[in-house]
Formats: sequence, C-alpha cells, structure tokens
Amino acid sequence: MALRGVLPPEVIQLTPNVFTQPFWDAAAEHRLVLPRCTACSAYRFPPAPFCWRCRAQEVEWVQHQGNGAIYSYTVVRHAVIPDVRDALPVIAAVVELPGTDGCRIVGNVVDCEPEDVKVDAPVMLDWYDVRAGTAVPIFRLI
Amino acid sequence: MTVTENTLKDKTAVVGIGATPYYRRGQSLPQTPLEMAGKAVIAALDDAGLTVDDLDGFALYSMGFDTSLLAQWLGVPDVKFTAMLTGGGGGAAGSVGLASAGIVSGMADVVVSVMTLQQAASRFGASFAPRGKPGATYSAPPSPEGNFIQPAGLHGPGQMFAVLAMRHMHLYGTTREHFAEVAISTRANAVRRPTALMREPLTLDQYFDARMISDPLCLFDFCLECDGAVAVVTTSAERARDLRHPPVYVVASAHGGHGRWGQAITWLGMPDEYFASSGHRPIAQRLWEMAGVGPESVDVALLYDHFSPMVLMQLEDYGFAPVGESGPFVADGNIRWPNGSLPVNTHGGNLSEAYIIGMTHVKEAVEQLRGTAVNQVDGAQFALATGGPASIPTSALLLRR
Repeated sequence: MALRGVLPPEVIQLTPNVFTQPFWDAAAEHRLVLPRCTACSAYRFPPAPFCWRCRAQEVEWVQHQGNGAIYSYTVVRHAVIPDVRDALPVIAAVVELPGTDGCRIVGNVVDCEPEDVKVDAPVMLDWYDVRAGTAVPIFRLI
Repeated sequence: MTVTENTLKDKTAVVGIGATPYYRRGQSLPQTPLEMAGKAVIAALDDAGLTVDDLDGFALYSMGFDTSLLAQWLGVPDVKFTAMLTGGGGGAAGSVGLASAGIVSGMADVVVSVMTLQQAASRFGASFAPRGKPGATYSAPPSPEGNFIQPAGLHGPGQMFAVLAMRHMHLYGTTREHFAEVAISTRANAVRRPTALMREPLTLDQYFDARMISDPLCLFDFCLECDGAVAVVTTSAERARDLRHPPVYVVASAHGGHGRWGQAITWLGMPDEYFASSGHRPIAQRLWEMAGVGPESVDVALLYDHFSPMVLMQLEDYGFAPVGESGPFVADGNIRWPNGSLPVNTHGGNLSEAYIIGMTHVKEAVEQLRGTAVNQVDGAQFALATGGPASIPTSALLLRR
C-alpha cells in the first residue's frame, strides 16, 4: 500500500558528495549510518570533513537503529511549488537520535494524522523507496 | 586606550536614506534590480545633501550586486571600499556596521549600504525547493546538505522557521495568539503609512481564519514577497555635522554568531541551548558591550520580521524579555505604537510595509531618530535595527540621535 504523507519522487533529488555518499549508500539498503569521529568519538551530522569537537577528519560509520523522539516538527499544508500540491499535507519532523551527541534527522512522519503528532513523541525509523537505489528516512509514531 | 576607543562607537553617522517605491513581487518590471539600486543610491545621497562625486564606498550583504557596473553607470570618481557581509538577510543592519568599519579604518569616507530586490523570475518563498518537473524553475539545485531536509518538504524559509516556532511553543507555552499580536500590531503601524503595501487593518478573527501555510505559521505570520531598493549613506561623525540632516550616530554594530548556529534553518542541528532562539544572543551581547548601554535604553526596535515568531525570539535574545517570556510580553501590549513600552516595527516591517530584506528597518530607525517618522515615537533617542534571524551572520545596529 502506498505511503501516506511523503512527497512525490520527482521532487526528491539527491546530490551526494564524497562526505554524504556513504549515508545514502546505506540508506538505499535501509540502514541508517552516522559518521563518528575516530579520534574523539563525536558524532557529526550532516556528514562533514571535520569533527566539530576536535577537528579530526577520519570517521567510522556507525549503524543506528533510528528510533528517537520528535524534537520539533511542522505540518506543511500549502504548496510553494505545484509539484507537491497533491501530496499535502505532509509532516516534516526533526527527530533527535539518542546516544549520538544530539544528531537530528529530518523526515516525514507517515501514515498518521497531523493532530497525533507532538513534540517529544517517540518514533521509529522506516524508509521511503523513492526510486530504485534511492531511499530517504521517514518515521512512524510508536 | 580603553576598549571603547578602539571600537567604532560614535565615530560614524547615517546621513542619508533613499528608496524606490515598494512593489509586489514582479511588479517592478521593466526596471532592473541594478537600476533600482542606482535610484535608491542617488536618492539617499540627495537626502544627505551629497552627490555621487562624494561617494567612495559600497557595503553590501545577502550576495549583493555587481558594484563595478553600478559605479561605471553612475560615474563614481574613485571607489575605495566595496565589501559585503557573507550570508543572507542576517547581514542587513550589519551592512551599516560594515560601512562604519570602512570609514573608521580610513579606507573610505562616504559609504552606501544598499539592498535591491526583484522576485520576478524566482521567489524566496520556494528558495529551497527542488527544480521538480522538467522545465520548472524555482531555485538552486539541491545541495548535499539540503538533501537531508528537502525530501521532507522543507522547501522555503517559512517551513523551516515553523520548526523553531513549534519548539518555542513546546518549551515555553508560546501561543498563536502571541504570533498574532506581532502580525496585528505591525499591520496597525502599516495602515498609517502611504509606503506600505498592506494598509487594511488585520483582526484576530482574520488572523485565525487565514490558511495555515506550515503549522504553526499561517498566512499572516509570513512576510511579503516584494521588489524594490533601499540605500543608506554613512560617513564620519565629523563630516556628518555639516550635512543636511542632524546626524544619526552609529553607537554600535555587531554581526556573526555561534559557529554551531551555522546554517541554522537549513540544517536544524543547532545546540539545544539556543535552538528555539533567533541566533542573535552573541550579537546582542557584543552590541550592548560596544554601546555601553543596554536594552532599557532603546526607545524603538526595528526587528527583522520575516516570520512573526522570530520577532518574539529577538525580544528575548536582546534582553527586552526573559527567554521564554516574549509571548506574555507582547500580549501585555508592550510592542504597540504609540503607548507600548517598546514600540516595534513602527514602519510596518517586512510583514506589512515591504520586504526589502531588512533595509526598511534601518531606514525607519533613521527617520525615528530624526523625528520625521510617520509613526513617531516621541523623543526617541536610541533605535535598534536588526538583521534577519538566519544563517551566520546575523547582525544588529544601534543608532542614536
């Protein structure tokens, strides 16, 4: 059954660079991985060439189960581009992942009513297969 | 030498202001943006009692424009300073600080800060949207960093600031009535101004009947999308005393922000300590330090109002209200002109007069201190103007008469 609460594939265009490619490669396999500094163990997100805490460059990619809590959100109701009109409303949530130095992932909360979404609500990670080889993180209320 | 002697405090003054008419998005055609910039510059120099022959510097922000072509068009005799704050609308008020820095350093004598804007071919309201279907033209292609937020539907600044507003409501009990008070009080100021694009009063019922754009923000929480240009001329305090208007002194200016505020709404990973803020706290601290006065001295505040909740957060970050208490502060009528303790956006702001990326706020600050504002605050001595809560830099300017 089709997901409710995501944007149509044609408006989702990923343009990874050398720092973000591993994230999207894992996402295509429905795995959430985060870069963690090999020198000081600080997570950094979005992926970046330097550690914000110790300035080291090297990272290891650590898999995270992706469950967390809604830090904040908005319900996008008005289409600023016509291509998304039929998909609205969508809930765009900022989800903080526990144990990651405050890393936050942005994704749609799907298959629910806007009224059911609250700050601090626990959510679980899922994936939206946009097209072959491309998936983006989404969330479901627990 | 004291710290004060080593700053730009009181060493420069704003001496001229000028603007084109303000237009709804796209209505300034067939003028070009650079043509409008030229009109505003000439008007501002004329207001000061100066000419292009006196002009020797440009101080821009928000990606600016090609000063070489404008200088060529206008025949500026000798360009000695042409500089720009990085970032976007955050630099608005700070562009006058940049002009002052150029003057105090001795690099230039008469510097103009300018914003010109034409949203015909593109609009800021969809500035982070993908290109969509073939042939559609909205904005720049998605960036690697944008990939982490755009797929969820965060396609414009309003959708993104809505996330900060929602967090502020959650933490502090701020309500939509508080946002409405910002929108309604600002509109009340615009109604009296011939330059304003929105001159019909706004009622609480109309506010709550308006369509939601991105919860918790409705139509009237969003600024206008406009065309137009505004220019502000700054020179040394000495020279200012011989010009047409009484000098409006630059008491202090600051720009920048915490590195981990960073790209702000386009990454949404700012530390929890100041996520639900305007990003202006470090700017405010440096502004008050340089000025030697604090928020209690401000008679009128021109706070960059792209989205109404961000006015609330600036009231907190500049110390007009404790963090988390801006909602009750506005509910008590404090930001109303003329009787509130701190009239805010007496010109009608970005919300109801015109959105020229914050330069109208500087222009209004100058008019208030000259005593010529349409909605004059009686005896105003100090005016605060701010740049947009935005990615680094945000900025501020404290002026006095």
